[in-house]
Amino acid sequence: MPHRLELTGITKRFPGVLANDNVSFTVEPGEIHALLGENGAGKSTLVKMIYGIMQPDAGEIRWNGELVTVPNPKAARRLGIGMVFQHFSLFEALTVLENIALGMDAKIPARELESRIREVMQTYGLLLDPHRTVATLSVGERQRIEIVRALLLNPKLLIMDEPTSVLTPQEVEQLFTVLRQLASEGCSILYISHKLHEIKALCDTATILRGGRLVDTCDPKVETSRSMAEKMIGAGLKDIVRGEGRSFGEAKLVVSRLSTVGDGHFDVPVNDVSFTVRAGEIFGIAGVAGNGQNALLDALSGEIHGEDREAITIDGLGVGLMNTTERRRRGLCAVPEERNGHAAVGEFTLSDNSVLTARDRLGMVMMGLINSGAARTYTGRVIADFAVKALGPGSTAGSLSGGNLQKYIMGREILQKPSVLVVSQPTWGVDAGAAAAIHQALVDLAAAGSAIVVISQDLDELLALCDTLAVINMGRLSEARPVGDFSVEEIGLLMGGVHGQGEVRDAVTA
Amino acid sequence: MPLRLEKRAEPSKAMLYLTPVAAVLLTALVGTIVFSLIGYNGLVAVREIFLTPLTNPLKWQDLAVKSAPLIIIAVGLAVCYRANVWNIGAEGQYVLGGIAGTGVALLTRDMSGPWILPLMIAAGMAGGMAWAFIPALLRTRLKVNEILTSLMLTYVAIQLLNYLVLGPWKDPMGFGFPQTRMFTADQMLPRVVPGTIIHLGAPIAIVVALVMWFLMSRSVFGYQVKVVGSAPYAARYGGFSVNRTIWMVLLTSGALAGLAGVLEAAGQFGRLVPSFPTNYGFTAIIVAFLGRLHPIGIVFAGLALSIVVVGGEVAQTTTGLPPAAVGIFQAMMLFFLLASDVLVRYRVRWRSPVTAEAAA
Repeated sequence: MPHRLELTGITKRFPGVLANDNVSFTVEPGEIHALLGENGAGKSTLVKMIYGIMQPDAGEIRWNGELVTVPNPKAARRLGIGMVFQHFSLFEALTVLENIALGMDAKIPARELESRIREVMQTYGLLLDPHRTVATLSVGERQRIEIVRALLLNPKLLIMDEPTSVLTPQEVEQLFTVLRQLASEGCSILYISHKLHEIKALCDTATILRGGRLVDTCDPKVETSRSMAEKMIGAGLKDIVRGEGRSFGEAKLVVSRLSTVGDGHFDVPVNDVSFTVRAGEIFGIAGVAGNGQNALLDALSGEIHGEDREAITIDGLGVGLMNTTERRRRGLCAVPEERNGHAAVGEFTLSDNSVLTARDRLGMVMMGLINSGAARTYTGRVIADFAVKALGPGSTAGSLSGGNLQKYIMGREILQKPSVLVVSQPTWGVDAGAAAAIHQALVDLAAAGSAIVVISQDLDELLALCDTLAVINMGRLSEARPVGDFSVEEIGLLMGGVHGQGEVRDAVTA
Repeated sequence: MPLRLEKRAEPSKAMLYLTPVAAVLLTALVGTIVFSLIGYNGLVAVREIFLTPLTNPLKWQDLAVKSAPLIIIAVGLAVCYRANVWNIGAEGQYVLGGIAGTGVALLTRDMSGPWILPLMIAAGMAGGMAWAFIPALLRTRLKVNEILTSLMLTYVAIQLLNYLVLGPWKDPMGFGFPQTRMFTADQMLPRVVPGTIIHLGAPIAIVVALVMWFLMSRSVFGYQVKVVGSAPYAARYGGFSVNRTIWMVLLTSGALAGLAGVLEAAGQFGRLVPSFPTNYGFTAIIVAFLGRLHPIGIVFAGLALSIVVVGGEVAQTTTGLPPAAVGIFQAMMLFFLLASDVLVRYRVRWRSPVTAEAAA
């Protein structure tokens, strides 16, 4: 039996980077094959060539034993290759059915399409009403649309790009059931992820890339998460080091009955949120994307103007009416989730990006003029301390890879030594080595007496990093408890919208 | 397609400077071909337009006089455009500058002293600002698109000018001509080069460009304008108010267009006449882009566009080129510039044959 997919010597060069260097591996029919690697290891480039979005500079792709070229995604779909992207391409105002119809290459009458969609949903237990508007769906449900869209074409190879980064633990389990069923029917799955325990639970084989080269093909069931992570980064992994028996100091950030007004789109506002973060404490906020995290961050940073001065206090001082600049002067720094165009300006140099948030705290402005020397010196320090891969403070932010830009942004805020730091998705899209460095920096900042709020969709990250945890759902925050007092099931149910402690306890024991 | 575009890792600095030059050269080349095809002597016409103003010393003073208002207006527009605020109505703000300056001149016609001219200039800038105030108010309060409001206000300004010179401000000794009284000596800009028509406006234009260059590159104001223009969310995150920035840039560009207007009235015309609006406000849009929205680039771009204006007048008399030809050349320049802009961020590559394709 021929291999389902065989790559031989695939090489792809970008200006200044060798994205894939002579990569060869095979995927068998019915195999769940993990593609593992740090950011910038070349995973995305590789699957883009398989799916026809890019062409290799050298190397061969064999499909069921035959040499093929995949000039575009349409040709890939015709071969039987489907792909579910990390970022969905859905129209929020349209229904599930309309979205799927728009994505089909062939024109199929609506009625026939609907019956086929229902059939696929039935077969794989992907429950979804085809007539619901996408805007009303959760992220997990939206992902189901993309999967159904791919499955309608009866693919023989399904590529999944970081599919679980936005799902609750329960949704992840449902997704795995679907993928296992698909594999048992002979469909191969190429599964891109950096979540090692998922790969151990799901995949038959793992191909590990580092710096564009294949470093190992291994059986994830025999490897440990740690051994795979070390192959990925090519070095020993550092654990988070935290002082034993830490105690928390005074309450630094107190949020009481904070609410925001939604701006009318599909934005979820914050509703009556209260919590307290003490000096030295890392406070985690878990939740599925789109449950008010952005509004909460904007309200804390001052980007959304508040109406109640006492809704947010820093060291007892009400800052609820202040703008971002005034709050920064009082020691509150923030990092929003979106890097490009929000936390940083792509066209600006890193040095100019430092002026964006550090100008007042670090004295980069004198009489209305910018001291570019001070900005450059500070940026150089951020680059050095956070191992940002950049040519220097003069590189534009847009020329950095996502992970490196995130390191720079986190470094820019952390080195300002804020007394309160609020971050959203601190390690989103950052590789394991860099994530560990960012986590360590946050822990060190807390140890130095700052109060830290981490908003993240990555539960593993929150469980490893935080002292205290709360869950946000539909703009409301659950009760906060020490991390150890939560079970993963409980958190999962809170993320899914089961409010109130009693209900959760019941649901878990039931 | 044997050619393809490939994104550059960093925007090319060389292309940033080369593409405006390339746009001018392409305009000359295509102009030659087009005007030859429709029956003019294209080569001579292009030579008259692009070279005669440079080679004939008699034309140099025209260049100085014509490029000064273009530079002053374009420097202001560039600040606006950097902030993604599209003030298209500089012509109207320029006219209001002329009107306000003339208003002061009419009020002070029986007085004398060195204070009159600065007062006129201040009034001119205030007039331009007042005209830019309206689009700024509508944009920030009611989210009305400033492109439409600023452009339409230009026609209001021209009607206002016509009303004034035909009605209340008409020179009673002017034999019924639609014009105001002549300015007095104290109300006219001094000549800076004796024996020419070059007035104080030319050095003012250079100073304005230098000051704005400094502000845009070194000050928090310039930084704020650039952040708001390239990433409004980042601006909000950094603590800059988008609305306040819209106010600042519209009022700045209005003031500069008004300044150009009053300098033109007090330097060239010496009175207000219906032919006062000379499209400087619109041509300056091209100057701003050709100069890459950079104050120093704008000085060169202002010179380039005034060459086309002066050369166009020469070509009209020598080769009978229609007056509209100047507009065509200016438009081509902007067109080629915008088209070649892609080279700043992308490079053109011959598509290399894909190995697998060859094997298949």
